[in-house]
Amino acid sequence: MVYLTRKIEFSASHLYHNPAFTAEENQRIFGKCNNPHGHGHNYTLEVTVAGEPDPTTGMVLDLKELKEILEREITQRMDHRFLNYEVAELKGQIPTCENIARVIWNLLEPRIRQGKLHRVRLYETPDLFADCYRNGAKPA
Amino acid sequence: MTEALKIELGRRYRFAASHRLHSERLSDEENARVYGKCNNPFGHGHNYVVEIRVSGSVDPATGMIANLADLDAFVEREVLEPFDHKSLNEDVPAFREKVPTTENVCKEIFQRLKRFPKARLERVRVEETSNNAFEYAGEEI
Repeated sequence: MVYLTRKIEFSASHLYHNPAFTAEENQRIFGKCNNPHGHGHNYTLEVTVAGEPDPTTGMVLDLKELKEILEREITQRMDHRFLNYEVAELKGQIPTCENIARVIWNLLEPRIRQGKLHRVRLYETPDLFADCYRNGAKPA
Repeated sequence: MTEALKIELGRRYRFAASHRLHSERLSDEENARVYGKCNNPFGHGHNYVVEIRVSGSVDPATGMIANLADLDAFVEREVLEPFDHKSLNEDVPAFREKVPTTENVCKEIFQRLKRFPKARLERVRVEETSNNAFEYAGEEI
């Protein structure tokens, strides 16, 4: 098995706020992330696909195709957007790294037809990231 | 569908510390041969990076596996405060008997952080320099 990883970056704003909590609870639980007008990050997304290289092409999957999937599904949807208000898949969820990584997994998995999506790693900053795997898959 | 997925939260921390690699079980000549420069008697230091991964269910109310403020405070108390700007050999009791190689530092950090009550510790990675990294995920069962 070969693991192939492609990286993209996007910039987006968000805020953490749960309407079921009081203003004080939101402030206590989410801290600065609760500031009402939001704030932004440069996100880095690493997408890892696992598979055997095709004997004819030598490829696990065509990187150009993966690049187009990432452009269409992720960049166009999330880059320079306010995640809370502009990304339908995050409606009703707090746009934490954990939740965004899961949304990205669910967007990408059905689109990848050669090889299998193995891991989505989303960095919110260089020191904070979330990984998403299929349960039972061996973590990289 | 989401239950089929496993989410881990990763976080990177830094500390600076000195150490000296020297085993009481080896002669002076053997120590010098095995550890080379790292055996110099007064020790030397590194800027260490600690990367940890924790897993758990994502609380729908907060979107989080664990609140970062809780995780950061725990790591600060258990690892950064006792290790940062310290001599690992002299100031951390665990390394009075164990040689503070980064393999052992990695395992020691894992032992300390696996007690974090709000998520499951999956893996500790310690980068001693930008060219040397060690990872430990607990004992295989």
